[in-house]
Amino acid sequence: MATLMDRVITSKAAVLEGSRAIAEAVRLCRPQVISAYPITPQTHVVEALAQMVADGALKAEFVNVESEHSAASVVLGASATGARVYTASSSQGIALMSEVLFNIAGLRLPVVLTCANRALSSPLNIWNDQQDSLSVRDAGWVQLYVEDNQEAVDTHLQAYAIAEDRRVLLPTMVCADGFLLTHTYEPVIVPTQEEVDAFLPPYRPQHYLTPDKPLTMGAFADPEYYMESRYLLDRALERSQAVIEDAAQRFNRAFGRHYGGLLDTLHMEGARTAVVAMGSVVATLRDVVSGLRDDGHAVGLVKVRSFRPFPKDALRSALRDVDRVLVLERALSPGGVGILAAEVRAVLQGQPRQPAVSAFVAGLGGRDIPVETLQALIARAQDEAVEQGFADLKAELVEEGDEDES
Amino acid sequence: MKTRVEPAPELLSPGHTACRGCGLLVAARLALQAAGPRVIVANATGCLEITTSKFPQSSWNVPWIHSLFENTAAVASGVEAALKALGRQAEARVIAQAGDGGTADIGLQSLSGMLERGHDVLYICYDNEAYMNTGIQRSSLTPLGARTSTTPPGALSWGEVRTKKDMPAIAAAHGIPYVATASIAYPPDLVKKVKRALGIRGPKYLQVHSSCPLGWGHDSSLSIRVARLAVQTGLYPLYEVINGQLTNVKRLSYRSPVAAYLKPQRRFEHLFKPGGEALLAQVQALANANAAKYGFPPVTEGAEAEDSD
Ligand SMILES: Cc1ncc(C[n+]2csc(CCOP(=O)(O)OP(=O)(O)O)c2C)c(N)n1
Ligand SMILES: [Mg+2]
Repeated sequence: MATLMDRVITSKAAVLEGSRAIAEAVRLCRPQVISAYPITPQTHVVEALAQMVADGALKAEFVNVESEHSAASVVLGASATGARVYTASSSQGIALMSEVLFNIAGLRLPVVLTCANRALSSPLNIWNDQQDSLSVRDAGWVQLYVEDNQEAVDTHLQAYAIAEDRRVLLPTMVCADGFLLTHTYEPVIVPTQEEVDAFLPPYRPQHYLTPDKPLTMGAFADPEYYMESRYLLDRALERSQAVIEDAAQRFNRAFGRHYGGLLDTLHMEGARTAVVAMGSVVATLRDVVSGLRDDGHAVGLVKVRSFRPFPKDALRSALRDVDRVLVLERALSPGGVGILAAEVRAVLQGQPRQPAVSAFVAGLGGRDIPVETLQALIARAQDEAVEQGFADLKAELVEEGDEDES
Repeated sequence: MKTRVEPAPELLSPGHTACRGCGLLVAARLALQAAGPRVIVANATGCLEITTSKFPQSSWNVPWIHSLFENTAAVASGVEAALKALGRQAEARVIAQAGDGGTADIGLQSLSGMLERGHDVLYICYDNEAYMNTGIQRSSLTPLGARTSTTPPGALSWGEVRTKKDMPAIAAAHGIPYVATASIAYPPDLVKKVKRALGIRGPKYLQVHSSCPLGWGHDSSLSIRVARLAVQTGLYPLYEVINGQLTNVKRLSYRSPVAAYLKPQRRFEHLFKPGGEALLAQVQALANANAAKYGFPPVTEGAEAEDSD
């Protein structure tokens, strides 16, 4: 995987496991209450944080709970009381938390959560895909997908800034591909505490639980009020688009690193075909697309960094001039037409130029997505529009031998 | 009632939408009065939450949060952890409150976690013996024989077939410093227990028997009397478990037959129909077993009410 290829690695870079790098980033954000429940591949993150608390390197209450449902509930309660909080999970843990995730967003609590992306059971599978976080896309959280470990580190710092911004006040999920990022050693620049403190001031909650100013949080809303409260949640997510861009710009000025705001593009000038993807596969795609460009193919790459809010305008503008789009899906909506692809198609609808959009499900449950597969998918998307195909499906394992393959 | 509770500032205001004669609201109001204004309350989904927090109004004059049905103990744990982390522990005592369903069924895991981790939280279970908020379905604290909407008597059924889960014993098994039962029929006792609990650091569990005219099927003017009969029959013993030691069992000067408690409640009416005798005898046997365990006197036939606290 060609990560960090476009980026300057300074002498300050340490070679760290992705989970450890994320834990360092979280430590630097000075969370005051941490609660989590172990699940592969998230475990190394919270183990590292537990050690930091045990060593006195991080002053925080670390609450070892009996489930992810409670982990999310503990940080909910702590955030409502005015603390900066952190939790992390994966897969079944995200599914178990899902009820609380919706609740946290409705309460407008700036919780930050790392999702070490992993497939969902059944069959049980501990390896990477993005089914977990995509299954809670409607919970009302900001969802940012990262490409490599440096971006994972830097995005956690941005996540707190976005979540706590008074224009936003929304929980934020940083999605990092399990194993591919969390368990991979890469050179990573860990910022200094001074740098982070300058970028991320202490959390000053506007509303929180205190007897000095009694407040009812979590009132129930009847049909006279419910819809407006959901509308306001939607507006907050829309507003967060600008704040995500701001945070990325401000981060760039402070640290000299940029990953795009809502999305990032590569070789999109003059591109006729665009590949749209999220997460670590983007790092591989940078190589593939650059190679195709070198060979004279008009192919470009769009990395969706923010899946929620969905970058409608930014995506329309990035795909304005292309004829064909290939959307890579690391998750599946069984019986549907692709999760990311459905949204890409929706935002392109009614545009003056409507590219043909192909969707391919690839890399479920940790299946490798080799360079050759990506090349073949791009070639195919240039020929035809595939509503939803599956990459590298083993025909001998499925009843229908005529499944899409590439 | 012969007893009076000291007037205190009203922390749970009137104007809520609870039914006439609701025991739960009486209990919650008393508990909050006893706790005073320096508290943060986490409240589970259920009748107490629904009747007091309809936007844009609120009955709560204390900081109050409702999240979900089964996570109240975890939310309260988070509140407490935050107060600790922020150095604001002196600011407030933390109370978690839920119904019997939110406590003994769906919230049991979260409660166990809170108790086991040692959070400095008083957890109050308002036990009205069914899921009242959703229409009187059974919970694991529904008593033997009771009709609920999911344990209806019928040609093949005599209502609830299981006895109440011993929730206070489960709480006590966590080795926590304070467990107690109380009843809305004994307000000074309830107030004393809330105060005592809040004077102790660590996790505390208080279970308050709270009558429900609608769910139990008795006249709303009988809420206190019915709750009192639960105690006087020996079916709902009041006691404390302090540091693992059973203590302060509320003594009974006489004991009423369980029929005196069951009869005014429609949820038990089938026990008094032909064929119900065996079940009635089983309920009496439960009370007798409690009598043996807690040292209550034998049943005085025809005895009812008029006692002191
Ligand atoms: C996860 C979940 N399951 C079910 C419900 C529906 N529900 C709301 S309140 C309630 C019953 C509450 O019973 P209890 O805890 O005894 O409180 P009560 O209303 O009787 O005071 C139920 C089943 C819910 N809100 N959430
Ligand atoms: Mg109940």
